[in-house]
Amino acid sequence: MKSGFTAPIGKITQIQGKCISLIGDDIDTDRIIPARFLKCVNFDSLGNSVFEDDRKTLNGKHPFDLEVNKGSSILIVNSNFGCGSSREHAPQALMRWGIKAIIGESFAEIFYSNCIAIGIPCFTLPKKSIKDIQQYNNNKTFFLEINLKNSIGKSKDLIFNLNIQQSSRKMFLSGEWDATSTLLENEHLIDNKFNDLPYLKFTSNYF
Amino acid sequence: MSHNTLFDKVWDLHKVASLPGGSDQIFIGLHLIHEVTSPQAFGALRDKNLKVKFPNRTVATVDHIVPTDNQSRPFQDNLAEKMIETLERNCSENKIKFFNIGSGNQGIVHVVAPELGLTQPGMTIACGDSHTSTHGAFGAIAFGIGTSQVRDVLASQTIAMNKLKVRQIWCEKKLPNGVYAKDLVLHIINRLGVKAGVGFAYEFAGPAISALSMEERMTICNMSIEGGARCGYINPDETTFRYIRERLCAPKNKNWDKALKWWQSLKSDENSIYDDVITLDASKVEPTVTWGITPSQSVGINQEIPLLNELHPNDQFIAEEAYEYMGFEPGQSIKDTPIDVCFIGSCTNGRISDLRVAAKVLKDKKVSINVKAFVVPGSEKVAKEAKKEGLDKIFIDSGFQWREPGCSMCLAMNSDKLIGNQISASSSNRNFKGRQGSPSGRTLLMSPAMVAAAAINGKVSDVREFINK
Repeated sequence: MKSGFTAPIGKITQIQGKCISLIGDDIDTDRIIPARFLKCVNFDSLGNSVFEDDRKTLNGKHPFDLEVNKGSSILIVNSNFGCGSSREHAPQALMRWGIKAIIGESFAEIFYSNCIAIGIPCFTLPKKSIKDIQQYNNNKTFFLEINLKNSIGKSKDLIFNLNIQQSSRKMFLSGEWDATSTLLENEHLIDNKFNDLPYLKFTSNYF
Repeated sequence: MSHNTLFDKVWDLHKVASLPGGSDQIFIGLHLIHEVTSPQAFGALRDKNLKVKFPNRTVATVDHIVPTDNQSRPFQDNLAEKMIETLERNCSENKIKFFNIGSGNQGIVHVVAPELGLTQPGMTIACGDSHTSTHGAFGAIAFGIGTSQVRDVLASQTIAMNKLKVRQIWCEKKLPNGVYAKDLVLHIINRLGVKAGVGFAYEFAGPAISALSMEERMTICNMSIEGGARCGYINPDETTFRYIRERLCAPKNKNWDKALKWWQSLKSDENSIYDDVITLDASKVEPTVTWGITPSQSVGINQEIPLLNELHPNDQFIAEEAYEYMGFEPGQSIKDTPIDVCFIGSCTNGRISDLRVAAKVLKDKKVSINVKAFVVPGSEKVAKEAKKEGLDKIFIDSGFQWREPGCSMCLAMNSDKLIGNQISASSSNRNFKGRQGSPSGRTLLMSPAMVAAAAINGKVSDVREFINK
């Protein structure tokens, strides 16, 4: 875990850092953070436990333990990353380890929205480009600079057109990705909806 | 783009606003919470000095961390005790109804809400749990959310979300005898894969779906997320309305008539437009068992574990990982695989009908001496009904341990765990690496009836050999 962790806040326009490649399809959130670590009432101590079981099995050879990957902040993954449980503990653990952005072939839906909600932009690239990065990154340091304004990722030798949902990109650029206050701006519309929904007329106040 | 499906109608009904980024602000009609994904959300509310906007639209229970053997307080596990205390405090401070242990209504959140009649057609339902898709069985639009969105629902009763596409999965004919909803949904996930559902809501329809009971429908919708679909639903019909009637939170008297009239109007139109339609023949589905580390890696009981070259190139990478982790050879038969632990329970298959079906297989039989078998009812209500019917006695006489309600070894947050590389036959929903509490533990997903058959024989078996005798 990074010491002095601070959660992102406000506009996110640029992310630069070392890439860490994790190879594998369908890496689920139970693997990212095994269920026993969900026994907590805050997210603070999760960074150390990210991929705990996979790392123990690989005995120091897991990408998250390799010396070359120390201090990395951009995670490169394959397809359907983050499938399974809705636990936000998974992106929270990755973030507390030091991950600030993720680039993959594809993401599971709840994982993706959890990442966006806590300020980790997730980008997609075609299979071939991911493979290229992962090969380039194999035991070597690979720096990438991501610009959210034009969704371009640049390294010393390569350039990528990254894909990101427009709604997510706009939220990061405007700094309004922390949704609660945006939602509450429509408070009167919420109240109207509450008063209009047919079923709330016949099912409110159960207890 | 889909048009006039139930999903479109419910979405549009609950849309509060279009947000600047392009997503929609959606009102959440029913919010369910539990001890694992809510404490940080309440913490965030406190940090932001916000209140719970509509406390009576949120209902809580405790399920993930509860011990299933000794439930006396304080729990032996200090961390589990801290979590339940935190939930108790958050609910009481915010005036949220909490069904605690011993209330008669505690249990797995996705078992409890339907049996209370809280889950109703046409609602939007959210919970910090991916298996919230279960509630779609009632024609609700229900989906799992993360903790930040739990915070948003508590604070505003809304979330920001992009509208999903809709895929109809039309199931022709009828499931054969000895083949259950679990087999059908495993079959669907095998056919479509674990990521085909990303960005989609799944509408399950057709004669095979209409013929299912509500509890079977819940099993189907529950596992939508295992196919990547955050939300799965079934158009409500008489089976749905009959299930809800007379339940604690069901509309009563004149309100029932009003509700019924509205519910009857809620379905996908005959000429509605889907983003995609898949058709399959339910009569061809066999008892299905997973052999790998994702819920799509399954075969019919009489089939062999696929060879690498029989699989789509995109599935080969994870298949190789699965062969190695599971210690299975490609081409090996799944039938007769020795089993160490049998688990019946979970939000997928921990309801009364699941226990009935398993008990029927187990009656006057004994669990193999090589097997540790236990059954965890989905809720206090399920446990009570099972006892009333004498099912607990059938389980205990056969050699099963009878436990208290909770999520238990579906995800092993309590002390029910696999040890080492034990293999479990499990009625739960996920066979991920390490899912059942041991980093090298192995899970074979199957129907509760198939778990019962495996328990008796000590190995993966075809339940039809028991029930057709």
